Amino acid sequence: MVIIHGIVVAFLGAGLFFTFVGSIGLLRFPDFYTRLHATGKCDTLGGGLIILGLLLYHLFQYPGTPLVPAKLLFLVLFVFIANPTATHALMKAAYKTGVKPWCLGERRQ
Amino acid sequence: MMEGRKFGIVLTFCIMALFWVLLSGMFDAFHLISGLICCSIVTFLSHDLLVKGRSQKQFLKSIRLALYIPWEFWQIVLANIDVAYRVLHPRMPIDPLIIEFETSLRGEFSLVTLANSITLTPGTITILVEPERGKFWVHAIAKEPGDALLVDQTMQKKVADVFMEWER
Repeated sequence: MVIIHGIVVAFLGAGLFFTFVGSIGLLRFPDFYTRLHATGKCDTLGGGLIILGLLLYHLFQYPGTPLVPAKLLFLVLFVFIANPTATHALMKAAYKTGVKPWCLGERRQ
Repeated sequence: MMEGRKFGIVLTFCIMALFWVLLSGMFDAFHLISGLICCSIVTFLSHDLLVKGRSQKQFLKSIRLALYIPWEFWQIVLANIDVAYRVLHPRMPIDPLIIEFETSLRGEFSLVTLANSITLTPGTITILVEPERGKFWVHAIAKEPGDALLVDQTMQKKVADVFMEWER
């Protein structure tokens, strides 16, 4: 049980780290497109890792209800499909409405 | 044509039924029968949304796609480490640019797969896709990730292998 708890904590910690890095990137990066780089990628893996940690915890703590981990697994899959699609949609909308990409040496927007 | 359509109907129905059982968790007659009725209605209305009846070798492609996904997961991990490095580095080593390239892909599903793969792999996000010429506009956060798509073209080759849409 202790080993399982260790693995769960490792998953949750890694997920927290990546979502945290994503938030820092959102604040530090200079323009819309680069900010999307930070959030689009880190939220996908960070959120996925957190849900995987919860899945493992539930699987070993409450083995009587195996449908809950299965639902969580589907949640992970949908996050991994929906997140890049949403990121791409935001990028496309920004590009089509003429948001200028930041270049090296310019002031941050 | 007919074969592909049948395959689409059966696949949609199986996925819907699996989802029903998974989300309800009830195995008595009432829930199972009402589930089957609902799945039939949904399949009748939207089987051509999930699987287009035209393309061939659906089953082979599904297996190839399943083999492609683990590699994609590893790329996602690399992408996140890359972004974490760029975010946490005191001088922020970024130099954004927009690159364009054309691919041999034409199918809807293969274009979506490549576009999402590009978004999830290190340092690149798809901006626009033009399906007629298989052309992609990609925002790269620095020069090296862009070169991986322009020069090496590993990802284009892998997706083309999965969907068997090589240069024609």
